[in-house]
Amino acid sequence: MFELLGTTLPSRLLLGTAQYPSPAILADAVKASGTSVVTVSLRREMAGGRAGEKFWSLIRSLGVRILPNTAGCHSVKEAVTTAKMARDVFGTSWIKLEVIGNHDTLQPDVFGLVEAARILCEDGFSVFPYTTDDLVVAERLLEAGCRVLMPWCAPIGSALGPVNMTALRSMRGHFPDVPLIVDAGLGRPSHAATVMELGFDAVLLNTAVARAADPVGMARAFGKAVDAGREAFSSGLLEPREVAVPSTPIFGRAVFS
Amino acid sequence: MKLLVNGEAHEVAATTLAELLAALDYEGDWLATAVNSDLVHKANRAEFRLSDGDRIEVLSPMQGG
Repeated sequence: MFELLGTTLPSRLLLGTAQYPSPAILADAVKASGTSVVTVSLRREMAGGRAGEKFWSLIRSLGVRILPNTAGCHSVKEAVTTAKMARDVFGTSWIKLEVIGNHDTLQPDVFGLVEAARILCEDGFSVFPYTTDDLVVAERLLEAGCRVLMPWCAPIGSALGPVNMTALRSMRGHFPDVPLIVDAGLGRPSHAATVMELGFDAVLLNTAVARAADPVGMARAFGKAVDAGREAFSSGLLEPREVAVPSTPIFGRAVFS
Repeated sequence: MKLLVNGEAHEVAATTLAELLAALDYEGDWLATAVNSDLVHKANRAEFRLSDGDRIEVLSPMQGG
């Protein structure tokens, strides 16, 4: 169980809904992962409402909580308006706030992000900011009213996994009481387990599951890895040592010479 | 009246946002609307009066990460 902004969630895995081979595989992957929160977006409706209806009825049938995003927004105005439109449609004040600053890396524009976060927090939103691992930006986001942070561990869709463990460790250490969700860049279940072992509260991923040869199997694997990483963190990991330490007792060993 | 709806030019007789959606055959309570980059709440579409040259966005739920 996981307490997030006053809501109890059964899973520490949040899953994206894009890029699956079919709606049926998306539904099966969501179930196999054990997730209780999925991300969705808003896009131009070009079929009179029918395109959105099919997807929306599928998502509603899964019985999971919705975290709408502002993916693709490059300005504060775009992100704020998209967030408000999402609240109007989805009936939730949760918003995954993305303000993209670079086309190649999809790195967040952290200046616009802080500004948009402040506007939305003042308007009653629970803002989940997609941010970098920069501590000062994190401080600004908290000052703006955010109560959860979502640092990347690598660029969106890159599957590189945690490229800066020092920064992630530092972030966890600086904000011991803030829910931290690693969002973006995870490629393998072991990556998810690694950040969970660092003490991150949850992970959000999409591409690594959706683009796997078997998305349903990969969703299940990520679900297990997240649970394993969390349990390992809670159980107290052994610190690495430079020298060998025998695990079998020395005392009482036979002497044959 | 000339309007831009989701980036496409339309010449319509509709005077309100609700009439425009009906005229263009949009239906469903999962639609989100904005006029000139500002949200227009579902409940306000019937009385929201459009002006020549308005830019309208009609969005609906889609896959997202």
